Amino acid sequence: MKTMLAIISNALCRITGRSAGEQTVSEGARVVASRSLSDFTPQATFDIKKCDVHRLEAGPPVRAELTREQGLQYYRTMQTVRRMELKADQLYKQKIIRGFCHLYDGQEACAAGIEAAINPSDHLITAYRAHGYTFTRGVSIREILAELTGRRGGVAKGKGGSMHMYAPHFYGGNGIVGAQVPLGAGIALACQYQGNNQICVTLYGDGAANQGQLFETFNMAALWKLPCIFVCENNKYGMGTSVERASASTDYYKRGDFIPGLRVDGMDVLCVREAAKFAADHCRAGKGPIIMELQTYRYHGHSMSDPGVSYRTREEIQEVRSKSDPISLLKERLLSNNMASVEELKEIDIQIRKEVEEAAQFATSDPEPPLEELCNHIFSNDPPLEVRGTNPWSKLKSIS
Amino acid sequence: MAASLRCFLRSGKVGTFLVTVRDALNQAMDEELERDERVFLLGEEVAQYDGAYKVSRGLWKKYGDKRIIDTPISEMGFAGIAVGAAMAGLRPICEFMTFNFSMQAIDQVINSAAKTYYMSAGLQPVPIVFRGPNGASAGVAAQHSQCFAAWYAHCPGLKVVSPWNSEDARGLLKAAIRDDNPVVFLENELMYGVPFEMSDESQSKDFTIPIGKAKVERQGSHITLVSHSRFVGHCLDAAAVLAKEGVDCEVINLRTIRPMDVECIEGSVMKTNHLVTVEGGWPQFGIGAEICARIMEGPAFNFLDAPVTRVTGVDIPMPYAKILEENSLPQVKDIIFSVKKTLNV
Repeated sequence: MKTMLAIISNALCRITGRSAGEQTVSEGARVVASRSLSDFTPQATFDIKKCDVHRLEAGPPVRAELTREQGLQYYRTMQTVRRMELKADQLYKQKIIRGFCHLYDGQEACAAGIEAAINPSDHLITAYRAHGYTFTRGVSIREILAELTGRRGGVAKGKGGSMHMYAPHFYGGNGIVGAQVPLGAGIALACQYQGNNQICVTLYGDGAANQGQLFETFNMAALWKLPCIFVCENNKYGMGTSVERASASTDYYKRGDFIPGLRVDGMDVLCVREAAKFAADHCRAGKGPIIMELQTYRYHGHSMSDPGVSYRTREEIQEVRSKSDPISLLKERLLSNNMASVEELKEIDIQIRKEVEEAAQFATSDPEPPLEELCNHIFSNDPPLEVRGTNPWSKLKSIS
Repeated sequence: MAASLRCFLRSGKVGTFLVTVRDALNQAMDEELERDERVFLLGEEVAQYDGAYKVSRGLWKKYGDKRIIDTPISEMGFAGIAVGAAMAGLRPICEFMTFNFSMQAIDQVINSAAKTYYMSAGLQPVPIVFRGPNGASAGVAAQHSQCFAAWYAHCPGLKVVSPWNSEDARGLLKAAIRDDNPVVFLENELMYGVPFEMSDESQSKDFTIPIGKAKVERQGSHITLVSHSRFVGHCLDAAAVLAKEGVDCEVINLRTIRPMDVECIEGSVMKTNHLVTVEGGWPQFGIGAEICARIMEGPAFNFLDAPVTRVTGVDIPMPYAKILEENSLPQVKDIIFSVKKTLNV
């Protein structure tokens, strides 16, 4: 059977005059589906949406190459983030997660695309809708979920929660809207100072785009040519306020004024990747900062306490899901170009579900942090100190 | 050279010489910049202007644009940038032209710097120093005269330091820069030009004063005076006058506000049985208020022969006219009066 299909596939290739190894296709082209691994298309080039540019001669390329390995990797990443966030939704409704929980489902292409474009040695900082980036920057699902459930196995030992997760070259997770932007420029300053050719990706939302400290930061970043990519994840709503009601100008990629900008389709992981690569090259060439506005969408409300339908219609949400879902878009591309099979992707989905389920198991069964550690981690590299408890006789111990 | 010679002849002591607080701070920063290339200074006018109060004089000329950075007037922005740089492995000194302007950036000091090591359960240290003049100056009126010691000292995750003399300034600033944690370093503009004798040992490049330890500046047996920054000098002046009347004051220089060296105060009170606190800040919820509470909670309470007395700034915004301003802050006569009232003499 395998050989039969291989013969047919090869024959078709001879007829169309294309080589079996590499094909250039436009959107919607179909190739004979093959079940043999060796008959999967190893690489394809896709047309992607052109970016609007501000103060730039040219933008990122309008065609993106994708290997089968990359495709499966991006799929896996986005699907993992999706399932992890949906699991968090479930755990929150069961009251196992409490407090703030800002979910990222719908926006997966942003995190996956950026990570695909930068190096692990580059730096990234974002705001509170951070679970996706926490994962792409290397923290395991179980450490993320266990942090949400406030257990000792959480990445911050249960002391940070949803908005305060950290990893090497990942600076959270920040709760104060906009405060992460000067921090990100500072990280970029450190890269420039140390001459290590690293860059910092500094994310913020359409709501934070109106914070004064952003404009202070843009000024200094441009003045000093800091290697910083400012990324505005424009998901159309700052909590319950639509962009039209919050901003005199909704061209967030132009709001940096003297800083060049790109407006990017944030639902297409390839578009995000190409734009982020372009932006990273710009920074590494010493040209200074650049702004990337990613047009994206969140399926959930602002947080778990916001149903998300009082300021937008269910029809709108449904429309985005059916026409622009980032995972579906990638899946269609992979399938229609014979870069993966339905069964293969289903297998990946099952694997991911299992991983997320196991992580959730851990997150619900791991014990809470011990009370003895309540006062630890006040100071770094210091001898132990005494901390006053709730009453004068309560003398607690704090170690670094 | 001449000044040191005069000092030597006057004091007769070998191995001491006069250095102003400004020069002590300058030398401390210079040495730390030289010692560790991760250390850098940023703030308004710190580079080409040599510092608004000339504290960073000569540093830009010596170290250049990379290590001494002039910022635009953007406190929230550059404080955040400094914190980010600290998170990514550098050791910034962030200067606020005065701490009044730090209010614009206070979110970065508290939420981004102070709390991060705890929130990250030890994954992310923030080795940064925020420094600048704090408290009243002379004739700069209400918006430029506030003391922020109590505000910053309220917050866990910060160390808050308040030097008085040149030796304090040198040793504490070096300690602050070498500390792996956020330190708020409260200087005093009126003290910048004041010269003090410095010991020989303080000239060592590795001379540091431990953060969290107070110093007994004058031994005494009748009453304890506790103060920080400029008012330590006022306490010593009051003690000199009182000594002539037979009242023997012990004067403690806190040096660090947070963590406060309560043991030092307690030990003194258990000896003298009387306590007066002296500060430039407002009375409500201030340094003296905290000292009172801590004394009450500890072993020294039973040794008090009278309630603790707080001498503070007057509970008003700082006025401009000289006579009003003078009467808005503790004067030596106010300290003397309060000591006598506390001792009931």
